[in-house]
Amino acid sequence: MANKIRVATTSLAGCFGCHMSFLDIDERMLQLVEVVEFDRSPITDIEHCTNCDIGLIEGGVCNSENVHVLREFRNNCKILVAVGACAINGGLPAMRNHIPLEECLNEAYLDGIGVENPQIPSDIELPLLLNQVHPIHEIVKIDYYLPGCPPSADVFWKFLTDLIEGREPSLPYELVHYD
Amino acid sequence: MRQFIQGIAENSHYQATHLLQILRQIQSRYHYIPEAAIEQLSGLLNIPRTQIIGVVEFYSFFHLAPRGQYELLISDSITDHMLGKKDLFDYLAKKLDVAVGEVREDGVVSLDNTSCTGMCDQGPAGLVNGLALTRLDQSGIDKIAELINQQKPLDEWPEELFQVDDNIYKSGLLLNQQIEQGAALRSAFKRGIKETLKEIDYSGLRGRGGAGFKTAIKWQFCSEEQQTERYVVCNADEGEPGTFKDRVLLNAYADQVFEGMTVCAAIIGAKQGFLYLRGEYLHLYDKLQSILEQRRQNSLLGNNILDTGLDFDIEICLGAGAYICGEESALIESLEGKAGIPRNRPPYPVTQGYLGKPTVVNNVETFLAAAGIAVNGSDWFANIGTEKSKGTKILSISGDCARPGIYEYPFGTTIQTILNDCGADDVLGVQVGGPSGTFISNQEFDRKLAFEDLATGGSFIIFNSSRNILDMVHNFAHFFAHESCGFCTPCRVGTSLLQKQIDKIVEGHGSAGDVVALEELCQLVKNYSHCGLGQTAANPILTTLERYPDLYQSRLKEISFEPGFDLDGALETARRMANRNDAGAHLAQTDASGSRPVASLPPSMAVGE
Repeated sequence: MANKIRVATTSLAGCFGCHMSFLDIDERMLQLVEVVEFDRSPITDIEHCTNCDIGLIEGGVCNSENVHVLREFRNNCKILVAVGACAINGGLPAMRNHIPLEECLNEAYLDGIGVENPQIPSDIELPLLLNQVHPIHEIVKIDYYLPGCPPSADVFWKFLTDLIEGREPSLPYELVHYD
Repeated sequence: MRQFIQGIAENSHYQATHLLQILRQIQSRYHYIPEAAIEQLSGLLNIPRTQIIGVVEFYSFFHLAPRGQYELLISDSITDHMLGKKDLFDYLAKKLDVAVGEVREDGVVSLDNTSCTGMCDQGPAGLVNGLALTRLDQSGIDKIAELINQQKPLDEWPEELFQVDDNIYKSGLLLNQQIEQGAALRSAFKRGIKETLKEIDYSGLRGRGGAGFKTAIKWQFCSEEQQTERYVVCNADEGEPGTFKDRVLLNAYADQVFEGMTVCAAIIGAKQGFLYLRGEYLHLYDKLQSILEQRRQNSLLGNNILDTGLDFDIEICLGAGAYICGEESALIESLEGKAGIPRNRPPYPVTQGYLGKPTVVNNVETFLAAAGIAVNGSDWFANIGTEKSKGTKILSISGDCARPGIYEYPFGTTIQTILNDCGADDVLGVQVGGPSGTFISNQEFDRKLAFEDLATGGSFIIFNSSRNILDMVHNFAHFFAHESCGFCTPCRVGTSLLQKQIDKIVEGHGSAGDVVALEELCQLVKNYSHCGLGQTAANPILTTLERYPDLYQSRLKEISFEPGFDLDGALETARRMANRNDAGAHLAQTDASGSRPVASLPPSMAVGE
């Protein structure tokens, strides 16, 4: 099955809610894996991306590791997709953008109620935080955007089946209105 | 303070429509709008405190936190930049020891930018406690800094700091023949009111704000409305950067403008008129009030004007720093004491304007012309100009020319003629109609000033070949992002995104797809915005992109993508706090491992069975 379409997925500064919603395609997953093979993804536990057709990115970019992962995806995926509100706009994590990073870290690690042994974590294994959370299109080129918090299972299904069947993906109004 | 606020509320007859004027007085006295004042006003005017806070937050000249006793604002118009604003601004900040946007620790002075103050022919310009400062230079700034540090009251400052010149270099039909006080009204009553409307109709006069709606039709529609309570409003909120002709008209021809408003009142049957004067022109306020008073004494305003039975008076309302209030329905909202958010149109103001009543809103120059026509007749006006654009247009010319100032031309005059007259050489292009207008290149100077070719509200900014067009576009993009009223998403978010994308390209972070993305964004903002502001906010980009595509492309890097901000710099705070400087604590601006070519459209992915 060498000619299956290769898909990678990851969550950066996200809550995995978009991934959960993706799983809500339910039994259609069986149809999907007929033609799709998952590369790096929480589904497979593969650690690094190799050449893929489609990369689905959930969440925005809040730290240096997010930047590296996003670049790895960009370098390995023909089509890179921003999935959900956080990837598109920064979303909930970007609410910290109005507060200086220094205050956030002080509150969390030095001055906050109940903090024991106050210190700013400095292990070199830990990624450093960016001073603001960014949507992923501000870091790399993005080809498609799937709106929603999270995008519904049907949005994933419509988008992927369009791509797989060689059509320009388009989401009908019913799938992208939220009231 | 309680007594002070009680006093001004009483003078305003506790009318919520006067909220803007009340807040102006509070800001002027306390240099901010204190919470206690809001509470008290809420009770006195019987409106929710949130509504008052909304108004305070909307207008640039109102503040919820204290500003300095000397509130210094420096005009950020492109014309001020061309005159060396940036260096002067830095010098001023250093001299006064105050950061831009901040209040000095002792509370004496605050410093900030403000949108164009309408002094483009005598900049760099600014405002101190609302009063216009002109021709700022290093020695002027030394003087200002000294006066502020000595805490000298403004009325003891030397007059030359506040000197505003008219700079009329070319007069035509209107500026040559100022009518005598009362002449237009006497002619109109003698001829008959209906006949006078016909004269204005035959003259072909169209609105001078830029859109060019036929004046006589507007007045007639209003006069035919069923509701008998009607209003006349003169729009003197000339906020379009590069426009300053209304300032000159109100300084030197105010009587004729008021007379035009009164003729309009006689025609449409209005009892009350308003002059909505932009806050930046505070220096004209007292003079205009005294002219109104004089007109009242001469029976040209008030009850039974010239014994004709016409009752009409004019009130001056000052704005508070909001470009959007130049849009007529936003202006009416502002007159009603609210935030200047444009209404849905239709209904147009002629049917539902001020307080929902039929209202004529016209530009200063339109009323001036109407008064002239009432005296001199329609032929006097209609014999000049082109088929579709009758009469003359008064231009505010600024930028790279020997004689910036006011010029009046018959419609149909070519751009080249205008450039010759004002002494502009080596011209790269002209921004006609301000940021919301059109940029024309030096290949188009045979084009004509006319509604059917180059329509303009009067702004005419000249750029010579030493200028970089992208600096202008950059300045205009910031202007619109600042002035968007925030009501509709395409404009509120769109103008900020345009600003961000232009910054990215100008600062050299742009790459292959960025100009295409910019153009798509322009179309979105243009086509989906609620009012003219958003619909024209992308014009500076679109008109220059059309003429100088290579200029934009030349700023792009030959890589597929680069972030628009300093990625490694964004780690600085975390790096410092974690006391790290290892390789993992840094990020390269672009991906060193190289980017592979990317398929932009879906390749056929159908998997063969």
